[in-house]
Amino acid sequence: MSIKVLIPTPLQKLTKNQATVECDAANISELLESLEQNCPGIKARLCDDQGELRRFVNFYVNNEDIRFLQGQTTSLQDGDEVSIIPAIAGG
Amino acid sequence: MTQALSTPLPTTSLQGLKCKECGAEYEPLAIHVCEFCFGPLEVSYDFSRLQVSRAKIEAGPHSIWRYRDFLPVTTDNPIDVGTGMTPLVKAHRLARQLGLKNLYIKNDAVNMPTLSFKDRVVSVALTRAQELGFTTVSCASTGNLANSTAAIATRAGLDCCVFIPSDLEAGKVMGTLIYGPTVMAVQGNYDQVNRLCSEVANTYGWGFVNINLRPYYSEGSKTLGFEVAEQLGWQLPDHIVAPLASGSLFTKIYKGFREFVELGLVEDKDVRFSGAQAEGCSPIATAFREGQDFITPVKPNTIAKSIAIGNPADAVYALEIARKTQGNIDSVTDAEIIAGIKLLAETEGIFTETAGGDHCGSAQETGRGR
Repeated sequence: MSIKVLIPTPLQKLTKNQATVECDAANISELLESLEQNCPGIKARLCDDQGELRRFVNFYVNNEDIRFLQGQTTSLQDGDEVSIIPAIAGG
Repeated sequence: MTQALSTPLPTTSLQGLKCKECGAEYEPLAIHVCEFCFGPLEVSYDFSRLQVSRAKIEAGPHSIWRYRDFLPVTTDNPIDVGTGMTPLVKAHRLARQLGLKNLYIKNDAVNMPTLSFKDRVVSVALTRAQELGFTTVSCASTGNLANSTAAIATRAGLDCCVFIPSDLEAGKVMGTLIYGPTVMAVQGNYDQVNRLCSEVANTYGWGFVNINLRPYYSEGSKTLGFEVAEQLGWQLPDHIVAPLASGSLFTKIYKGFREFVELGLVEDKDVRFSGAQAEGCSPIATAFREGQDFITPVKPNTIAKSIAIGNPADAVYALEIARKTQGNIDSVTDAEIIAGIKLLAETEGIFTETAGGDHCGSAQETGRGR
């Protein structure tokens, strides 16, 4: 199953400057492992030592924040788009 | 756009950028997120060579640029459109109504050029944008930021493209369109617009004031704190009550006070920091009430659109400041916001938008001892 992941600029050094990466994963936790296999070092940027997403990292699945879904157990379907976004300021 | 690395000049205190989470240091470029932990970057200064005094500041321009030594720019010719030095009004009648002894209102509803506190942050962000070589500037906005970015970009001769939620009030959209920017109305709420901007921020080489220029932009909020201290006769207040959206303004007023203390411009004292949110979008107030040091995002549902940020970036820092200063973070209902707008208008002759009603309502709770 193919998931399209949008990579934010600060992490693109780890993806050979690619803004998108295709992964196989059934949920967000698996996606993190898949990303790490394809782009070594990326998981440590996104997760703390306990494997939880860092507090300034936001994951969206098809435009929905995973905190409104099932967090890191949110399931993924073929063709889903996952966006990784740093927390940003107001306006 | 060319992003020129500006080596700090002897006339500036700007040193670099530093991650608020892990302390990693960066050159002062158009970046806003730590590459190692995704923490937000904040401007760091070297004040050791700074010759500053109350007299020097008082002799400066009647605008935020009298505090240039504390702002993240290197130029001697910032974009000065008369922003700042708004009145600090002693509000006798409102104080009596609220049961408070000494109440002042910092009236940024008469800020220049677009009548909101956003003129402070945008003046600083666009000055830095020019220094970094940007020719097009942009933002995601609930209205006020778009107005300010469009107006000040026009004055600075910068191209401007703003992104707004498509359901924004017509009056606010007109307040942006009049300056002639490209306006992109996006189907979705502010958080969704902001996410879109974050995704495209580096695609076109534009300077997004609240994204890749955010570390510089947010420093502009310190000037509100600087002015309060100067206008009180170079002393800090006992208590600050401010509206909370992303939490940035709240944290920067605090930072501004600490810098004035560090440089010996005011005497140190304990200042309580309290904040107000609209009940329909109150993730920070909820976290404060529940004793959490993180927030759970919400989907906004309030009339106070200018402070309706469901996923506020500086929430954790705002919580920390409110707690360590013995302050409070509360929420008020939309009905209380409307009552707050009316109360402020009827007692002090100041007609604000919903964010003004929000913290007027909260000040009322402060008066009741909550």
